[in-house]
Amino acid sequence: MSFISASSPHQQNNNSVPDVMRMVLLALVPGALASVFYFGVGVLVNIVIASATALACEAAMLNMRHYPVRRYLSDYSALVTAILLALALPATVPWWLTVIAISFAIVVAKHLYGGLGYNPFNPAMIGYVVVLIAFPRQMTQWPIPQPGGSLGLLDTLSLQLFGQLADMNTLDAVTSATPMDQIKTGIGLNKTISEISSNSLFGNVAGKGWELINLLFLAGGLWLYWKKVINWQVPLAVLSALFFWSWMFNMYDGDLYSSPFFHLFSGGTMLCAFFIATDPVTASTTFWGRLIYGMGIGILTFVIRTWGGYPDGIAFAVILMNMAVPTIDYYTQPRVFGYPEDD
Amino acid sequence: MKKPAGKLWHFMGGLHLPDHKDVSTRTPIQQLGIPGRLVIPLQQHIGEPAEVLVRAGDRVSKGQIIARASGYYSASIHASTSGTVVDTIEQPIAHPSGLSAPCIIIKPDGDDRWGKLPPQQDYKKLTPSTLRSLIREAGIVGLGGAGFPTFIKLNPGARHEIDTLILNGAECEPYISCDDMLMRERAEDVIQGLIIMRHALQAKRCLIGIEENKQEAYDAMRLATHALGVADVEVIMIPILYPTGGEKQLIRILTGLEVPHDGLPIDVSVAVHNVATAAAVYDAVEKSQPLISRVVTVTGDGVHGQGNASVLIGTPIQELIEQFGGYTDKAQRLIIGGPMMGFTVSSDQIPVTKTTNCILVASPQETSPPDTHYPCIRCGDCMDVCPVSLLPQQLYWYARARDFDKLQNYHLFDCIECGCCAYVCPSQIPLVQYYRFAKTAIWEQERSRSKSSLARQRFEFREDRLEQEKRERAERMRKKKAALNKPKAGSDANEDPKKAAIKAALERVKKKQATRGVEKTNVDNLTPDQQGKIQQINERRATTQVPAQNGQTDQADKPGT
Repeated sequence: MSFISASSPHQQNNNSVPDVMRMVLLALVPGALASVFYFGVGVLVNIVIASATALACEAAMLNMRHYPVRRYLSDYSALVTAILLALALPATVPWWLTVIAISFAIVVAKHLYGGLGYNPFNPAMIGYVVVLIAFPRQMTQWPIPQPGGSLGLLDTLSLQLFGQLADMNTLDAVTSATPMDQIKTGIGLNKTISEISSNSLFGNVAGKGWELINLLFLAGGLWLYWKKVINWQVPLAVLSALFFWSWMFNMYDGDLYSSPFFHLFSGGTMLCAFFIATDPVTASTTFWGRLIYGMGIGILTFVIRTWGGYPDGIAFAVILMNMAVPTIDYYTQPRVFGYPEDD
Repeated sequence: MKKPAGKLWHFMGGLHLPDHKDVSTRTPIQQLGIPGRLVIPLQQHIGEPAEVLVRAGDRVSKGQIIARASGYYSASIHASTSGTVVDTIEQPIAHPSGLSAPCIIIKPDGDDRWGKLPPQQDYKKLTPSTLRSLIREAGIVGLGGAGFPTFIKLNPGARHEIDTLILNGAECEPYISCDDMLMRERAEDVIQGLIIMRHALQAKRCLIGIEENKQEAYDAMRLATHALGVADVEVIMIPILYPTGGEKQLIRILTGLEVPHDGLPIDVSVAVHNVATAAAVYDAVEKSQPLISRVVTVTGDGVHGQGNASVLIGTPIQELIEQFGGYTDKAQRLIIGGPMMGFTVSSDQIPVTKTTNCILVASPQETSPPDTHYPCIRCGDCMDVCPVSLLPQQLYWYARARDFDKLQNYHLFDCIECGCCAYVCPSQIPLVQYYRFAKTAIWEQERSRSKSSLARQRFEFREDRLEQEKRERAERMRKKKAALNKPKAGSDANEDPKKAAIKAALERVKKKQATRGVEKTNVDNLTPDQQGKIQQINERRATTQVPAQNGQTDQADKPGT
């Protein structure tokens, strides 16, 4: 008899990176469907363009870096980046904007930094910020949320692929700024929060449509936690920090500062807390580090939303905290067994 | 019956693994017969190999000492059955390195005849030190896997006192059930061995930790404790959590004490021994039988039958497998130990030793495919399961970068190689392999560093010496110069020191030359004729030298006459 030699341990559980990524994709489905429901087919167009671009860029980069393309392509990580980024883009953006965002995310933010596992910044957020800074007009034009979407299929395709509508004058009628954007503008015009939110775009606690989308991303996120794909520290820290600070300021002046629930259920809050901030590669990995990292994102998001130049601060908050991760990790090492408490 | 201690502590991390133990606990411990050939390695323990006492052709009886412990950290080896010594040769042994080591080969005669055993003694009347040497004579080492000589662990030394003696019956590693079966079948022997060990250590209390999946063993041990009426012995059921059977982990679970990272259990007044070791101590002390057999689990999909057998030390694995029906088609890996910390061997000709607790013949389905991993995504699953609270993801990162300083900052050497991190890794990275590699590389570096520091010391010493010699020479020169510069007492104050020196030198030469003429060499037994000749020569020399001498002195400024 001859036997193979191998190093211990000889067993592993069935966990795998592709499984993790697949579950993340699955958990995104409800929120994404709600997004399609309220913002129309443009969301799907974004997802399709983003996915195709991401896979093409990933394959090209893997090939150039002499990695087994098939094997690494099937780890689904590029797809996760693509879909997270696509969900963050307005459903009216032209195709080339999506292509630029994704290409930058995959080529520069991911592969030029060493590929999966080595990128210090969340690729989806880098891609988002690049187009947010470069094309601010397109990035603030959201379809008015309504069941079935405010734009039909043909109009959407025409707008996104060819940059025009049959009647360009109708564009303003079917698109608008997000509720968060409107609050920012409204506050600048000395309006109170309650005056601004009397607008038909607002729902019970936050923007119409946005509430349900956020709620479903929350549900997906909880499922991921239940499946042990993500930890609880980061989402809890993001949400509680955001809640706490918005609550404090809301208590101080409710006319000037939105309610904590508005913050939790607006924009990309839940998507960030459960799907973006939890990206293990770019997040802190220690117990206390994850809490600090999450709280940092929550606080920065609130600060940028409230006093910054951009309506939503999530992407910047995530990237800023990504930068702090090595330092956080270094100072939050757990006490190793057998060492004194103060070591 | 005493109630088990209510409070148990816990350590961070750990894993709940499918235990696969039931397949090997369905049948009682089998008695494996005498094999056709015994291969008994000289080193089955941590420390120095034993020294051979027998020669080819010697007849040995069962239990006869065939190799004696050399030095303190060593253990004696005994013949597992009676027979004839064939030779002492290098043979492949059960070691992760796969290297060969010297083994005594015995051809059994089939009589299984015991030799003369030392007389039995009542251990209670023995001093701890006598008891220890008795246990040492019997060649007992830790049977849990490490093989540390037991008598050393039974010696608290002058500076320490043992408060708690813990018997490790956790057997947390999947598949292995030899301790479980031993406790079921020999509970009283284990307890009596424990009491003997307690006597040697003079420990105050004893705790026996058994994982919850061994209900029968637990019951048997409780019953034995009760039947023997021993006081201060608690049998405690502990939660199933790998690696709870790790020494430091078990101490933590049972007592709440944490052994310092650079310390031993003795530093917290605890000693831990395996249950099988306790049974061996019982055999040695109560029956005067040395350690010549042990219980081994044979399991896995790669072998037809699974179970436990009492095996003579030195029995080739192959004979054991045959006893259990031989290999199946699925046999792929031959693992000594369990799936988490065991090591593979390439041949089944290697013998069972004192530390062989399990032979796992694993099928491809039971094992993870080697080397098909994804990049680390820093998910931190490894960190959550690390029983030592390390950051395996950072260690991996720095091991890849070969950043040895950082690795030590992140406490690489506290890693116990339990394999939890690699088990849960979604990228299937062989983390433990990286850590082993890094540890070896660091040891290598330390060795070469200490070598080079020795060389540097030598070099610096030499430099110092040369420097000092130089200084001393300079000092001498300086003194000489100073002496020359100083005007000589009694001589002319205006006299040029250089000239004075020349003068002094000339005087020395003159003196020499003057004496040379009268130098007598080999002139003791000369004939008058020879003497006359010498006379003549000397006279001639004197006449030729005088003018020259004068000439020289003329050249000098002031002849010193």
